[in-house]
Amino acid sequence: MFLKVAWLVMRKDLTVEVRSREIVYTTVFFAVACVLVFAFALVKEGRPLEDAAAGIMWISVAFAGTLALGRTFERERHSETLRALMLAPVSRPAIYVGKLLGIVLLLLIVEAVLVPLVGLLFHAPIWNRPLLLIALLVSGTVGFSAVGTLFAAMLVRARSRDVMLPILLYPITIPVIIAGVRGTAALFEPVPAVDLAQMWLALLAFFDVVFVTLSLWTFEPLMTE
Amino acid sequence: MSFDFTEVAVRDVSRHYGRRRALARVSLTCRSGEVLGLLGPNGAGKSTLLSILATLLAPSTGQVCYGSHTAGQAGPALRARLGFLSHDLHLYPELTARENLEFFARLYGVEAVSERVTTALGRAGLTARGGDVVSGFSRGMRQRLALERALLHEPRLLLLDEPFTGLDDASVAALVARLHELRATDRIIVVVTHDLDVAERLLDKVAVLKDGRLVAFDDAHGRIREHYRAHVAVGDRCS
Repeated sequence: MFLKVAWLVMRKDLTVEVRSREIVYTTVFFAVACVLVFAFALVKEGRPLEDAAAGIMWISVAFAGTLALGRTFERERHSETLRALMLAPVSRPAIYVGKLLGIVLLLLIVEAVLVPLVGLLFHAPIWNRPLLLIALLVSGTVGFSAVGTLFAAMLVRARSRDVMLPILLYPITIPVIIAGVRGTAALFEPVPAVDLAQMWLALLAFFDVVFVTLSLWTFEPLMTE
Repeated sequence: MSFDFTEVAVRDVSRHYGRRRALARVSLTCRSGEVLGLLGPNGAGKSTLLSILATLLAPSTGQVCYGSHTAGQAGPALRARLGFLSHDLHLYPELTARENLEFFARLYGVEAVSERVTTALGRAGLTARGGDVVSGFSRGMRQRLALERALLHEPRLLLLDEPFTGLDDASVAALVARLHELRATDRIIVVVTHDLDVAERLLDKVAVLKDGRLVAFDDAHGRIREHYRAHVAVGDRCS
C-alpha cells in the first residue's frame, strides 16, 4: 500500500506537469540562464576557468531545484489539495515519498539539459565516466530533494515561504552540494580520479539514507499541525 | 478500515495559536442522521473547530471522541470515515473531473473505482464533462464535483466549510436536496455557513460561536435567527 500511494501521488504530479509544463519550462530556462551567466563571467577567449564546471553545474541544480520545489508545493497550496492528501487514510510518509519522486524526476529532466550545456561551455569531459557521473547526479539530487520536499511541504502555508525555503534548505544540504561538487570535479580531471569520485558517491549515498530517513520520520508530525 | 461510529462528541476543546485563543472550552455532540450548523461572525473559531473535527489540527486541550475513540486512538482508519469539503474545494484544476475522482478514490482504497466514479459524475450532473479539465468548470460545477469527491468513500462524518458560497439559487437548492438525501442515510453532517435562509431549511442543531466560545447550542427548529440575534452583536458579519 505504501508504494502504491507513493506511485499514485508521483503519477498525479507528473500528469499535472505534463498538462501544464510550467515547472519543467521555467526550471530549465532558469538553470540554462544560470549556466550562461556563469559562462559569460568565467569563460575568457573560449577558455573556461579551471575546475569551475562542477561547481557551476551543482549551483545551477540547487537554484533550479529550489524553484521547482517552491512551484510544486504552490500548486498544492492553491486549491489546498495538500490538506486533501493529508486527510486520506494512507501513510503520510508515502505521500512524502510520492512528492519526492516527482521532484527528483523533474530535476533529472533539468539535469539532462544542464549537464551537456556545462560540458559544452566549460569544456567539461562529461563522457569520461558517464555512469559514475549519472550516479553522482542521481544521488545528489535525491539528497537535495529529500530535505527540500520536507521543508517545502512544511512551509506551504508560511507567508514568507519563498524566502524561508532557501534559507533553511541551503545550509542543511551543504554536505550534499560539497560531495556532489568534489565527486564531479574528480571525474572532470584530465585523468579522471575514479577512486575519489567513488568515495564522494559513497558519502552522497550515506547522506541520502540519513536525509530520507529523517524526513520520513518527521513528515507526519510536522504536517499534522 | 472497519472503524465506525454513530456520534461525535467535542469535549472541552480549546485551541491556541501562540498566545491567540481560537477556541475556548467548546463542548457539543452530533449524532447519525443529524445536520449540525456552526454559525458565528468572522474569527469566531468555526473553521478551526472544523479542522479539529477533520483531524487536521490537534486541540490544545480537550478531546474529540468519534464513538468511543479519539483521533489518536483510531488513527488512519478514522480518516477513512471522514469527508471534508473545504471552501477551497480540494480539486486539481489541471486534471479532468474523472481523473480527480479516480485519484482520490484510489487514495481512499475505494473498490470498483471506475463504476464508483461514473456514478459520482452522474450525481454531480457532470457525466458529459467527465473528460474536461476542472479549470474550465464554473464554481457550481466544481462545488458539485468536490462534494462527490468528499463522498466517494462513503464517509460517516461529512464536514462542509461554507459549501453554499458563490452558488446560484438553483445550485444551492440542489446542494440542500443532496444533503437531505445524505442525512437520510445516517450520516453525521457538520456545516459552517453564513446563509441563515439555507440554515433554516437544513439544520437539525445549531451551534453559535463567538470569539472562540460556544455561546449557544440547541435544536435548530425555528430558532436559528433567534439564537443568532441573541448572541451575535449587530454589525458582526456572519461567515
